[in-house]
Amino acid sequence: MNHSFSTQIRPLENLVIIDMLGEIDAFADQEIQSAYSQAESFNTPTIVLNFTQVGYINSTGIALIVGLISRARKTGRRLSVFGLSEHYLEIFRITRLADFVSIYSDEPSVLAEI
Amino acid sequence: MNMFTRLRKNQTDRGMPEENATPEQVSMPTQNPGRGEMVEVNIDPNDPLYAHFLKASGVVEIDKLNLDSPALHTLKEAGVRISVPLVSQGELIGVLNLSNRLSEQDYSTEDRRLLYTLSTQAAPALRVAQLARQQQVEARLRERLEQEMRVARIIQQTLLPKELPNIEGWQVAAHWQPARAVSGDFYDFITFPDGKLGVAVGDVTDKGVPAALVMATTRSILRSALERFSSPGQILAQANDLLCPDIPANMFVTCLYMIIDPATGKLIFANAGHNLPMHYELNGITELHATGMPLGLMPGMQYDEIEATLAPGEGLLLYSDGLVEAHNPKREMFGFPRLRDALSDLDVEASQSMVGELIPHLLNQLVEFTGPGWEQEDDVTLVVIERSADHAPTTITVHQSGEHHNDNSPQESNSMPNSETWQPLLEFELPSEPGNEILAMQRVADSIRELNFPEDRLERLKTAVAETTMNALEHGNKYREDLTVKIIVRATPSTLSVQITDHGGGQQIPEPEMPDLEAKLAGLQSARGWGLFLIKQMVDEMHVTTDETHHSVELIFKLSAPSP
Repeated sequence: MNHSFSTQIRPLENLVIIDMLGEIDAFADQEIQSAYSQAESFNTPTIVLNFTQVGYINSTGIALIVGLISRARKTGRRLSVFGLSEHYLEIFRITRLADFVSIYSDEPSVLAEI
Repeated sequence: MNMFTRLRKNQTDRGMPEENATPEQVSMPTQNPGRGEMVEVNIDPNDPLYAHFLKASGVVEIDKLNLDSPALHTLKEAGVRISVPLVSQGELIGVLNLSNRLSEQDYSTEDRRLLYTLSTQAAPALRVAQLARQQQVEARLRERLEQEMRVARIIQQTLLPKELPNIEGWQVAAHWQPARAVSGDFYDFITFPDGKLGVAVGDVTDKGVPAALVMATTRSILRSALERFSSPGQILAQANDLLCPDIPANMFVTCLYMIIDPATGKLIFANAGHNLPMHYELNGITELHATGMPLGLMPGMQYDEIEATLAPGEGLLLYSDGLVEAHNPKREMFGFPRLRDALSDLDVEASQSMVGELIPHLLNQLVEFTGPGWEQEDDVTLVVIERSADHAPTTITVHQSGEHHNDNSPQESNSMPNSETWQPLLEFELPSEPGNEILAMQRVADSIRELNFPEDRLERLKTAVAETTMNALEHGNKYREDLTVKIIVRATPSTLSVQITDHGGGQQIPEPEMPDLEAKLAGLQSARGWGLFLIKQMVDEMHVTTDETHHSVELIFKLSAPSP
């Protein structure tokens, strides 16, 4: 089984977007933590996770996102997401992650708001 | 106690006490030169010679002693000239007896001093030897008694049910813990030809061997009463009448007998002074009240019969005094309120089945209460009988080890389409490697393409299959290379079943519950722990079964049902 997960950091004016590609599971742990630390280094008030290219999130991936929300709260940052499929939107609601992140449909919506 | 002494006549006087003589009972050989005949001399404690020896310091001139003493007379007759009492810690433990010297010369002052010195050293040595021998004898006796008790315990265990009743839709657990090698507690299950189940629990006053003997008698009497009568009240009345003439004074037996109809959950029971059964249900804990005189106190007793019903998901705890009457180091008693609290700790609704965890939970509570080093005061017996919950929207059926079920077939449940035929869609095994849940998810999704699942339901199924497989790989098989996860997909026109089986049998199955996100975000709990919760949210039903070797989760999706 090949596991692939990669990220790209895009710093914008008031926010940093982390573009994610692949599956968010246990194999993504190191990459996602490292990407978030890089994003933090830009000292923007908002960090945005782009799920557009994420096809699979499992319960370990949920735990990783919980970890990122926790990190954001500790440093007073806002964590936003966009590009979630209908299914993962439902999972964000069921798990109540939706109560702790700002959810947008796509990148233009994020940029228009922030 | 008498002191016996044995003497050999006609040889140099070297009398030594018998090895097994007690301090009060010393054998003193009297000896006469030239003849070699043994003479037993009995020195009664009332014999003045006994007191004389005890008080004497050093050599006693027997031939010059004048006492009204039968023992002295015998010694003189045997030709004893002088005796040297061996006294240790104020007790006469032996006597050295000497007749005339072979040289016919009188005993010199030096001889007497030597004998005295010898006696002062020989007495304690002899005492030590006597004590050592005594301990050996006692140890052998103890060992024999312990062996007998071990055998008694094995025999008594044969009087308890060898296996728990296996009744569809019901779960039973039992625990029997004697305070000593054997017990006065017992429990019994009787399966009747009409499918009903008889349950007896009893507690004989006292513990240990006397209680165990009465326990065995009571069990036999109950069994014989069962052959003659069918109603619990009559059975207890008959057992009482049979027991009364034979039971030792000051002993009696508390006993509860019930008959359960597994088909309806109805039960009828009578109680001879036993603890009231605790009935646990969704609304809390209640006691089923029925009282009556314990068995063996008075003949001619009548016992009322009480009826009750166990709804699905409800159960009964039957228990003996050993639990509620246990004391902690502060001499507080465990008591009924603590028992009720301990039962309430387990949320009936959340747990679904309490059978697997109730007894371990109660025993943990007992250990916590009594503290380490507790010497169990009384026998502890616990019996749990539960009617499986089978009407809940999502059913989780936990089977105790020993129950029979087919590993590879879905469990029967009211929600299952019994009248329809299952069509196999896919069966395969996966090696236990991290990440293989994605393979499982894709293969199962491919296998049901023809069923035309709506997209949203297909996504839910994929998540449920992936999460269940991941649990099987990680928790069930612990990612062991030699173990595989087996997945079977099949369907009827109305239902899709995905069964995922791993090798994690015999483990406690966690209950799916809503994770506490706030606690996780605050770092108070691990960020993980979403799997079971997610699965439960994704499926219409989830059936969990476990036995000694396998753990199996069956995911059920209603093909015609609206989205949950």
